[in-house]
Amino acid sequence: MNVTEPEAGADDKIRCDACPVMCYIKPGALGACDRYGNVDGSLVRVDPHVMLNRIIAKGGEVVPFAEAPEWNGGILTQGETFVTAIGAGTTYPDYKPAPFIVSAEVDGVDMVTVVTEGIFSYCGVKIKIDTDRFLGPETNAVRVEGETVGHVTTAEYGSQMLSLGGVKHLTGGSKKEGRVTCDTLLSLCNGKPVEMTIDGGERLIVQAGKPPIVNGLAEERMRVGCGSATIGIFAKQWEGKVDDVVVVDDHITGVLSEHQAGKYLGIPGTGIKIKGRRSTPGRYFQVAEPGTGWGGTNISDPLSILGPFDPKTARPGMRLLMVSTTGEHAAYYELDEALQPVQKNMPAALIEPVERIAENCEPALSSVLFVAGAGGSLRAGVTENPVRLTRSVKDALTYVTCGGAPVYVWPGGGITFMVDVTRLPANAFGYVPTPAIVAPLEFTLKLSDYKELGGHMDSVRPLSSLGGDATGSARLNLPHRQDNPWPFAPGGTPRSHG
Amino acid sequence: MRDEPTARFLPDGKRLLLQHGPIDLVVQAFGNEAALRKAYAAAARRFNEVLAELCRELDLLRSQADRLCAMPQGPIARRMVEAVSPFARNIFITPMAAVAGAVAEDIIAVMIAAAPVNRAYVNNGGDIALYLCKAQSFKIGLVDRPDLPSLFGTTEIRAEDNVRGIATSGYLGRSFSRGIAEAVTVLAPTAAMADAAATVIANAVDLPGHPAIQRVPANSLQIDSDLGAIPVTRTVGHLTYDEIDGALARGLHQADLLQKQGLITAAALHLKGVSRTLGSSFLAAHRRPELA
Repeated sequence: MNVTEPEAGADDKIRCDACPVMCYIKPGALGACDRYGNVDGSLVRVDPHVMLNRIIAKGGEVVPFAEAPEWNGGILTQGETFVTAIGAGTTYPDYKPAPFIVSAEVDGVDMVTVVTEGIFSYCGVKIKIDTDRFLGPETNAVRVEGETVGHVTTAEYGSQMLSLGGVKHLTGGSKKEGRVTCDTLLSLCNGKPVEMTIDGGERLIVQAGKPPIVNGLAEERMRVGCGSATIGIFAKQWEGKVDDVVVVDDHITGVLSEHQAGKYLGIPGTGIKIKGRRSTPGRYFQVAEPGTGWGGTNISDPLSILGPFDPKTARPGMRLLMVSTTGEHAAYYELDEALQPVQKNMPAALIEPVERIAENCEPALSSVLFVAGAGGSLRAGVTENPVRLTRSVKDALTYVTCGGAPVYVWPGGGITFMVDVTRLPANAFGYVPTPAIVAPLEFTLKLSDYKELGGHMDSVRPLSSLGGDATGSARLNLPHRQDNPWPFAPGGTPRSHG
Repeated sequence: MRDEPTARFLPDGKRLLLQHGPIDLVVQAFGNEAALRKAYAAAARRFNEVLAELCRELDLLRSQADRLCAMPQGPIARRMVEAVSPFARNIFITPMAAVAGAVAEDIIAVMIAAAPVNRAYVNNGGDIALYLCKAQSFKIGLVDRPDLPSLFGTTEIRAEDNVRGIATSGYLGRSFSRGIAEAVTVLAPTAAMADAAATVIANAVDLPGHPAIQRVPANSLQIDSDLGAIPVTRTVGHLTYDEIDGALARGLHQADLLQKQGLITAAALHLKGVSRTLGSSFLAAHRRPELA
């Protein structure tokens, strides 16, 4: 979905500049083309009920005409349009057939997509925050507006995981806790920023697909590796330009002259002394406390982790580079007559190697996965025999998508799935005041398989019937995202997911 | 950010898809390879200018057709004015009522001028311009509801028939309708004429003041609609058979007048599952096959 800055019009309407027609579009309305709309004051390429349209993305099948067996009036073409559950509505408590059970012929096989919006109280988000900074102690509470909405969970590679939501915060605590948790999940799932604090830790702003902001500072990059790994990667590029390098890192701080990589290059000892617990030569644990300073530690002056240089080895004039594992912090020192490091301007020859560290650090992002379990009642909207749907999903006969995006379905009982919220069309999630999150869910399977698992065959509607509705309800046609598998042929797309 | 006109072939490699802003054209010509290449190239080249050309005169084209302050300059705009002018004295109509057909007609004219093809069509979102060389014909499928496209019938348009345009209008379509027909399909001598006439006949299929019909001002849906504050149909609730019959009779009367003036060749009107046709040589002979 492309969002552009609209030209401001009078009132709250905007003027679309996507084509020469230059439509004025009121909030919530579409332009003459039905392709661009005014969504909260932004001009958005759209296309209320979202149908992913492969036609637009690949210039696909459009209007059979003349000799074709049927003319579909140019509304929808089977197999090229996938109906998502976004805006489809729900039949909670779900004993009725799902709002849309849609059939389309794909490569000669009748396919059925059961489209429903699930109401999930068993749901939450797992957030991966790319940072080496210390965000807060594991298991501590994560709060929004003072309410506990989740907790800090494991530290993973270059990142800290948070787990928010879940039924205990949504419905098991106070009314306010439930409401705030619901708001937090909804905002995160719809790609909006949320400010949160961690007990005994930091203040964060998290937004899916955007760099995390820790205590007001945007995290730019993931570290290239721990301090030891960084030494291993860059030792050769430092050789001859400097006598020793310390790579400061919260996990493992590396020292070039002592490290295996330095030894291999024949770099002589420098008499440097690191405060911290030595693991193996040139690798130190716990040089400082975790924090938001150098390399995810709490230090702002890197010299504070150095002990006095050993006068037996160190010489005046020795050159020392100290750098963090993201290359964001770097300083250059030379030893004076008393073997005290004195900061000097970074020599030109070292600027590039330091920048190379930064360059090799991937952009730091917050990623948000929505996790939910489709319970018995939702499944009953799909089939009269809910457990068969579970089995069909597990047997890979049924392909599950969330707003057209691929999901990972957890092994074990039920249909518990995870989806990257950035792969769904905008504002795909909703809520009910229960509180619970409303998320789209589509089950796609062969019509024959659907019949076999006790599907609501009487409710199957042809895809073409959704082109426009006598009830006047709008449907949006969105281009299909090329990096999402096409739900009718998930195998045919290069996998960039699970 | 501005979207440029695009020209692509559909996956069958035979139909050309031209898209720009609100215009989607599907174009196909039949003939020898070299001629087709030339015709498609000419269509795509002309298409690049179409939207900009129309938009230069958009204000003019959005005003009541018998009160135009000047004759528009663009060839498509002129086709539009010509197509709506027979109606302008009696009802509010703007040249925009014929825009889709006029664009289709213009593109097909450019193709024919560029290369000798046997037959061709330009389908502008359901408003279709045809070209037929001697002894050629097209088989056309007809639907009674654009939102539930099933084949209502098929018909054959032959070179000797006075039909080079087909258009469908109704409140379920992309443009607004003042009437309550789901679809009015018109066969006419040109696509622009068909487009304008379908609009007029669809408007006539109506039950003024009926409580089950929800209408809203056109400009409450689209600020710069050429219809201004004129009410357009949003939803049509339950109607009795007599009411449906009455509404269709009004439309049929309008269609009959237009046919007598030579403005249309045939028409099929659809409302709530009931169909009426005019010009039965084209339409009535092709009944929907009986389906269980």
